[in-house]
Formats: sequence, structure tokens, C-alpha cells
Amino acid sequence: MNHLLSIEELDRATIERIVEQAARFAEVSDREIKKVPALRGRMVLNLFYEASTRTRSSFELAAKRLSADVVNFAASGSSIEKGESLKDTVLTLSAHKPDAIVLRTQWAGSAELVSRWCSAAIVNAGDGKHEHPTQALLDVYTLRRRLGSIDGASIWIVGDVAHSRVARSNIIAFQRMGAKVTVAGPPTLIPRGIEALGCAVRFTLEELGSADVVYALRMQRERMSEPWVPSLREYAAWYQVNGRRLAPHQVLMHPGPVNRGVELSGEVVDSPQAVITAQVEAGVVVRMAVLYELLAGPRTPAFAGSEAETAGRGAEIADTAAVGGGRLA
Amino acid sequence: MSAQPLIHGPAEPAALLLRDVHVLDPRAGHDGPCDVRVGGGRIVEIGTPGSLGKDVGEELIEGRAGLRLLPAFVDPHVHLRTPGQEHKEDLQTGTRAGAAGGFCAVIAMPNTDPVLDSAPLLRSLRDEAAREARISVGFLPAITRGLQGEQLSEMAELRQEGALGFTDDGRPVQSAGMLRKALQYQRLCGGVVALHEEDRTLSLGGSMHEGAISAALGLGGIPTLSESTMVARDAAIAGYEDARVHFQHLSCVASVDAVSASKAHGWRISAEVTPHHLLLTEDDVRGMDTRMKMYPPLATEADRQALLEGLRSGTIDCVASDHAPHARDEKEVPFEQAPMGTTGLETAFAALHTGLVLTGALELGLLVERMTAGASLFDLPTPLIAQGDQANLTLVDLDAEWVAGESGWESRSENCCFAGRRLQGRVLLTVAAGAIVYRERALATVES
Repeated sequence: MNHLLSIEELDRATIERIVEQAARFAEVSDREIKKVPALRGRMVLNLFYEASTRTRSSFELAAKRLSADVVNFAASGSSIEKGESLKDTVLTLSAHKPDAIVLRTQWAGSAELVSRWCSAAIVNAGDGKHEHPTQALLDVYTLRRRLGSIDGASIWIVGDVAHSRVARSNIIAFQRMGAKVTVAGPPTLIPRGIEALGCAVRFTLEELGSADVVYALRMQRERMSEPWVPSLREYAAWYQVNGRRLAPHQVLMHPGPVNRGVELSGEVVDSPQAVITAQVEAGVVVRMAVLYELLAGPRTPAFAGSEAETAGRGAEIADTAAVGGGRLA
Repeated sequence: MSAQPLIHGPAEPAALLLRDVHVLDPRAGHDGPCDVRVGGGRIVEIGTPGSLGKDVGEELIEGRAGLRLLPAFVDPHVHLRTPGQEHKEDLQTGTRAGAAGGFCAVIAMPNTDPVLDSAPLLRSLRDEAAREARISVGFLPAITRGLQGEQLSEMAELRQEGALGFTDDGRPVQSAGMLRKALQYQRLCGGVVALHEEDRTLSLGGSMHEGAISAALGLGGIPTLSESTMVARDAAIAGYEDARVHFQHLSCVASVDAVSASKAHGWRISAEVTPHHLLLTEDDVRGMDTRMKMYPPLATEADRQALLEGLRSGTIDCVASDHAPHARDEKEVPFEQAPMGTTGLETAFAALHTGLVLTGALELGLLVERMTAGASLFDLPTPLIAQGDQANLTLVDLDAEWVAGESGWESRSENCCFAGRRLQGRVLLTVAAGAIVYRERALATVES
């Protein structure tokens, strides 16, 4: 594995390998000195175009526990605000020779793009509304710890699916691990065509009782500037996961940060059914496993950085031709 | 209308004898070998193979298997980006691209910077075209000032300065009342009103066709409704006002149906379709290649089939490239950030020949008709291979295979959705307004 760009490209065996490695690293977190020298001398660069505290600090902790050097680069107050393009920023930062770049942006496909522009291993920490693969991996890890196996489990993902990269990565990851996935939410927030990913679609929570796992998505307040739902009050009335709707046997998950009183009631957040803090804990060990997978041992870069720049046009054309698949040729 | 609507740069009239070349021009009734003599800007003589002798000073091109001499193509929809965005394209590079694609005339859109919406600006552009343009250029100034959709541009004066018609392409008229006023005013000034159809309340925030692929990629979707509801609305307004309206770049089943129904009413409506909508679908967007990002977005296979059927039946009158150049760095960004548009002049014929003619989906003769039909829709003379007519000719090699973009582009930009694809059929020579405006390197001729 050269990069972690999406869950889409991981098969079940790879997902299992990563979460099993994460389980081995879990032991490190319990030590008095929470550090192993596995990635000593490696440099991990966190490049975040969107505000993030938990994902960024989780990656930072993961890298540091593996003894890697970490540089954080945030969009605010940087050259990005001065209008520098993503490509120029990446090429500039590549001059520092990072071994891995952890990238979060508001644009779908950006991690894949960046992987073509530099020789570092790219970890997608969220690309627009497309994917958030490490979140899905840590959710799989958390669920396996709780349930033993995900095979055959019924998992409901509830809320704003349209704007959620977590939803997309988890629909794919849970299914790949053998679960049945249902997405549920207001019709304005369930994208047309999502069922092509293999999940079932519901517009009410009437059948929520059939779920083994309820995965609530964050209802982003910024979405309310557009008329996606009439009001947060009405949203909560129909889609809030609360004590009335959550059955005792069900496991409750949420990617955080939680809007108490909107997508989740306070009581279920604090209930033993919720594994929300376990998810946060899992974040560090799973990201350790991802960085270890990508950086441990000799790197075999797909190509050298300078070549990527000069090969330019020819290489791109070849790529396109190979991807092609159109009605030509 | 007083000024000549088409304008091109200075050019030397060609003296040319094409001997025993297969001429294909359905309108003129040609489909077989002929000798064709070109001189003084005109088609001087057409004779049976071997009947015409080479005159002194004439260049000789001998026919061979695979060669076809066609009437040169006319593209009613291109973006030449001048003034203001010359880093993407200018009148010279854009018309060179047209010449390389076998076109003898193109019609430029007004979404420039500043917007082409006034007579003085049109005059200066025409002056520039008279110096720079390799092939003929016509202009469609804006319907509304600054493409703002609020106030009509001075349409009558623009017509006097040579405007072929009007369009708010790229930033379409949203208000039905505004469009109706423009169509009423058309009674005074004439000129075709060309419409890019898009209801922005339905398309806003979208960057590809809405469906399973946009859902999977997490990209905002644009429903085809965004186009088809506006086609239906504006056709009704045109019918009511008995106005002449041309629908640009149709992309879906429902739009084709709406045009077909409107034509059945006898409304004065025409429509165009692009090579990319005829050949590609949303599947081609899966890799998030920004060259596949355009408005209207590539839709489904069913939509593509409807467009093809519409082109065959004549519901869709002509092919237009919607040649939309963007600089490399503008397209080398994440998909959602990238501007809409693909270049198309240099690949239009080859891509359609490869994808439609060779697969048996479209007769070559019909393709030639549809690639020249744009002229009459905008009241321009249709290129015709007939004795005495102005020489507007394209010599193509139907057997030549090439990879689009392999030896660069005449256009200043390279954002072509067909780049990297193996195409069959290549323009070898283009004669526009009697002059040789393009010659492919491989074309060997016998010098005098």
C-alpha cells in the first residue's frame, strides 16, 4: 500500500490487517511510556484545509507514538489564505521531504490528486464530501472490539448522508466487513443514487429497532443556511436518536462532535450503549496502524517527485487513456 | 443588418488542384471521385477524375484510398476568451484550432471580460479578427448587459455592427420576463437568440450529473431537470412570441423531447449537441478528471442515446463543439474547484467519426451535414462543394489513426476531454474562404 486515499480501494483483507495491527498498538497506549521507535526519523506532515481538532490531534498523537516527527500546517493564517493553489502548496511543502502527508480538504478527490504530485505517502483525512477512510477504519475497529464480528450485523447510518464523507466511507467499509447497511434521514439529505453503493434507504426511523448498530451523523448547523430541513426542531422530532428510539441491545456510534439535543439526546450520549469515546481512543491506534503500514520498512515510491513534475503531460495522457472506458476506442 | 457578419484575417488565395479525390457533400450531390480546382478564393472547376490538368503555379494533391474532400465545418458555439482571458485562448489560437479541426467558420460567445455587450467592443473585436483570425469568426454578443440578466444590451446597434445574434451563454437568463422582452425586441433587430439552458436553483452547488456516481463520489449533483425545464419554458415563450430561438448544447432525453414537441408546434426552434455529449457519459467522470467537467454535465447512456437519435432525426439540427479552453493550472485543481469546459475544435470530427461513424451509429454523410448545418441556422451561407462557390473545404484521411494531443494542440489550452484517446480520421488540409488555413505535416503535395 503506497497511500490511503479511500476505503473504496481497500479489500477486506487489507482492512483486517490494519485493524489487527491497531489492536497490537493498543497495548502501547497502556504503557507508562506511550512510545515505540518504529518510525523514528520519518516525517509526517499534517496539511489541513478545514478546521479539525480531533482528527488532526489524533494523527499527531499517532505519529508521535511511533516516534515520527510531525509538522502541522493549517489553512488559516498561511499561504493558502493568500490564494496559493493546492498544487503549489503541496509542491512547496514537498521541498521539506515529508514521508507522509495527512491531508484534509473541502474538495472531493484532492488526496488522489496530491498523490500524483509528490512522492510522499498520502493519507486522506477527509476530502470534501467524498471519503474519510481512517474514520471508517476506526469505526470497524471499535465495532469489532464491541461485537466480536461485524458479519451479518445490521447497521443504520442516520442523518445528513448527503454532506457526510463519514457516511460514504462507512457504507463501503461496513459492507465490505459483511454487515448490512441502511441509511436513513430526511429525503432532502439522502443523495439520489446512494443505493447504488449497496445500502438500503429509509426516510423514517420506524424500523430502527431492527438495527444492531445505530450510527448517528452530525447535523451540521451550517447546513441550516440552506433550506435542507424546515428547522432543527422538526429534524430532532423525526430523526433524533434518543432513549425512546434506541433499544437496549443496540450499539450507538457517532463520529463527533455531537450536537446534543439535535441528532442525539443527551441521555443516549452518556449511556453505556454509546461507544463514542471508544471511537476517539481507537482513532489514535488505527492511525498508528495506517502510518505504520505506509511508512515502516523501506519505502518504494511509485515515482520520484521530480519525475512527477517533468513527466507531466505524457504521463497524464497515458493515465487517461488507461482509465478511459468511454465509448471511444 | 449592415456589417458583414463573418470576418477573418488576411490570407493568400490558394491555387490548388485536387485530382481524383473522393468528394463527399450530400447537399451538392457528391459522393465519388472528382477533380476539384481551387483558385482566386473559389471552387473554379469540378470535373470527372483525371479530366483536369495541373496549371502552372498550382499545387497538386492526388487522391488515395481513405481520403475524402468534405465541405468545411461550421461551429456555432466556441469560446475564444478574448478580450480578457487571453491566457486561455485568443482569436489567433482559437481560430488556428478551428482550422486544424477542419472548420472554416466559428461563432464566438460573449462571456469574456469585459462581456461582449456593446457596439464599440464588438467593433474592436472585429478589427482584431480582421488581423488575427485564421478562419472566419462571427460573434454573438450578450442578450443582457454584463450577462446580468437585468437589462437588454443594445441589440439593434449590435446588429448593425455585425452581431449574428445574441446569447447569455455561461450565465443564462433566469427570468422568463427578461427573456420574453429580448424575444419581443428581436422583431426589431433580428438575429438568433441562442440559449444556454440552466435553472440555477436546481444546478447550484453541483459539479456533475446527479445520480449514483455523484452520490458515490460525494460531488454535488446537477439534475437534468435544470436544463430540460428551461428548454420547455423558453420554447413556449418563443412560440408565443413567434421568435427565433436556438438551444445550445442539449444534454438529456427530456430536452430532446421538449425540442421535438416544440418543433411539432411549428415554433422557430433549432438545437445543437456537442461531440462530448454524443460520446461520453457520467461514467467518464468517475476518475474526477477535470477535463470531464463541463456544463451541462455528461449524463447517462440513455441521454446519450436520445441525443444521438435526435441528431439522426434532425430534432437536433447541428453539432457544436462548445470549445471552452482553460489554462492548465486552472484545471489542475480538485474537481469541485475546476471551471466548467472542455476544448473540442481539434477533435470534433475525429472523435465523432471514431465513436459514431465507425461504429455504425451515424452515416458519414449525415455527420458532414450536421457539422455544417450551423451556418444556415445563423443565416450564413452553407459551405458547399459547387463550382463558383467560395472554397471552404476540408480534406480528411478516414484511415489515419492518432492519439488526441500526442503532438500538442493549436489551441492555447489543452483541457480536451478526448486527450489521450486513440482516434481514427484526421484533418489533413483545411481551405477557408479560398485560402489554405491548415495543413497537416504528413500531407505530401506535388509542388509546381
